[in-house]
Amino acid sequence: MSTDSPVSPADASGPSLWDPRLYALLLYGVSVGFALVISAGLVAVTGNAWGSVAGALVDGAFLAPGRWGETLGVATPILLVALGMVVGVRAGFFNIGQEGQLLMGALAMAVIGTRLAGSGLLLLVGGLAAGAVAGGLYAGVAALMRFRRGVPEVISTLLLVFVAFQIVGFAITTDWFLRDLDPTRPSQAVTSAALPDSVRLPVITVWGNEVSIGFFLALLGAGLAAFVLARTVFGFKLRLLGSNPKVAQQAGVSFGRAGATALFISGAAAGLAGALMLVAGASSARLTAGFSNEIGWQGLLVALLARNRPLLCIPMAILFAALRTGSGFLAATGVDRTVVDVVQAMMVLALLVPPAVEFMRDRRRISIAAQATEPA
Amino acid sequence: MSDILGALGDIFASPAMYGSAVRLGVFLAFAALGELVAEKAGTINISVEGSLLAGALGGTVAFDLSGSVVIGLAAGAAAGVSVAMVAANMSHRLTADQFVVGITVNVLVLGLAGFLDATVSPLGGRAGVVAIPFLSRVPVIGPALFEQTWPTYLVYGLVPLTWWLLYRTRWGLEVRSAGENPQAADVSGVHVNRRRREAIYYGGSLSGLGGAFLILGQVGSFDVGAVGGRGFIAIAAVYFGGWTLRGTLIGALLFGMADAFRLAVPVLGYQVNAQLLAALPYILTLVVMYFITKRFVQPAALARPFVRGLR
Repeated sequence: MSTDSPVSPADASGPSLWDPRLYALLLYGVSVGFALVISAGLVAVTGNAWGSVAGALVDGAFLAPGRWGETLGVATPILLVALGMVVGVRAGFFNIGQEGQLLMGALAMAVIGTRLAGSGLLLLVGGLAAGAVAGGLYAGVAALMRFRRGVPEVISTLLLVFVAFQIVGFAITTDWFLRDLDPTRPSQAVTSAALPDSVRLPVITVWGNEVSIGFFLALLGAGLAAFVLARTVFGFKLRLLGSNPKVAQQAGVSFGRAGATALFISGAAAGLAGALMLVAGASSARLTAGFSNEIGWQGLLVALLARNRPLLCIPMAILFAALRTGSGFLAATGVDRTVVDVVQAMMVLALLVPPAVEFMRDRRRISIAAQATEPA
Repeated sequence: MSDILGALGDIFASPAMYGSAVRLGVFLAFAALGELVAEKAGTINISVEGSLLAGALGGTVAFDLSGSVVIGLAAGAAAGVSVAMVAANMSHRLTADQFVVGITVNVLVLGLAGFLDATVSPLGGRAGVVAIPFLSRVPVIGPALFEQTWPTYLVYGLVPLTWWLLYRTRWGLEVRSAGENPQAADVSGVHVNRRRREAIYYGGSLSGLGGAFLILGQVGSFDVGAVGGRGFIAIAAVYFGGWTLRGTLIGALLFGMADAFRLAVPVLGYQVNAQLLAALPYILTLVVMYFITKRFVQPAALARPFVRGLR
């Protein structure tokens, strides 16, 4: 820097030698590798062979018959939740209550599917829509608290998760609400009645794997989210709000209205995910106490891992779903399946480091350049 | 209606209720005291949840290995600090977003705790009850405050310590200035991000201690769901207290009481909807947050990262 002629701060960073895509690929490679090494160490420390663990994971996720269809099925709600999270974060709001919003969506679907009479298709579409609205409204509670009273949504959305669990618990244990009272029901566990067979998502069979059309819906959703965020006025408003609320307000973007919309969308996506899980037959198409099964948390992590890019969410959701379905095959290796949770969180954590380091390096370069241009 | 009032009177007259309210309140107070310091420095440190769980697990495992509650508590504090170190360095050294970091750290600790719980199967145990002479014989509040397992009394020392650190030391002044006006603090030579990190370490150590207290001073056995969002309730207690020490303590006790109420109702033989009771502490916290958040002035730079030269 000292021998150069003065550089303006704007181009101080100079042309990057890295192709950004190559850089991103390297970034993901390193972070996933780092997470895998740490996790392999964890497995080794507890006295197991990590090679066989990895083999079991791949078998369970893709290779064994029918497994990759299963993986795509699990990826569907994860992807939807992640897309909602992306929309929220781009607008600057951290909704971390997807687990609860997902439950509320499934609850709405269960009410419509088991308590109302009508044609299958009508109930299916109506239930999915109601699920999305229920999830959105549940996030709306947090939005109300945020924009009326300044309660941080990071705290309220999380606390609402615990309330949602109790609401579902109430619904499935109460006779007039959702509890299954059929004496011929298969298990004695307290659940809702199963959705009728007419209210199910169609399934396509490809090479012996059953793929629910929900997956294609989620793919469509990813495309839509990418398009809206990148190419529409509404998406621009959200991004503006997320990157600089002050500028956004000066430009006429209403903090409350746009923010509440963003939170509503993120909740609606989670609610839709819950409704979709139910119509795709999760836990025998019955609402149960543990129905959400941490899918909400997974979607949240996927959004972080995809660094808030809707299209990147697709491979990341499939990766996380693969770890989940693969973990079903871990019993034979003697390693507890929860090791997968550690791998997932490690990946996200490892990925946070490189962009932050790069940000710091850029800052330093700009400030050095600024000092160099200052007249002595 | 008079039935309900009578029942409430019964519950609030029962000494057992106050005993468990203090235990649960003390658990929240450990976390809330630490969180107060972190927030004074300008961080909404949601990794407090992870620190609590890490402290609970670390404390239990160390107790199993050593058979000593003291070592268990120390290990709990160490586990809490190590979680805090990850969170603090990611958000105030590498300037990653503090919420993203906090969420990730919490999920990581949850995953690790689940895995270790399944692999190591920690047992846990409980410290002995020590009644403080004279004080424990004060009617109603005496047994509740002064006849508890001995780690409970740590909090009675930590309250003045935290007050002294925050309001009577240079460190505390720098911490508060980092939370109120980091630019000005930076110009006057305060290392803003270092103070913020240290504040989070302090918070992590208290939370870790609180987590270990939860198992070794209260419940007696480890469970992955033992913390169950209480870290976030501790954050709510800080909001409730308007970022003052006194208010934060009152908040911790109030939320502890809601928890105790939930436990006392079925014990005294009253029939209340189980789900409503279980949701009660969370609902109460949300309602209180709704009405109270705007009342107070929060640290001006709360949740704003500090990078020199950037506003």
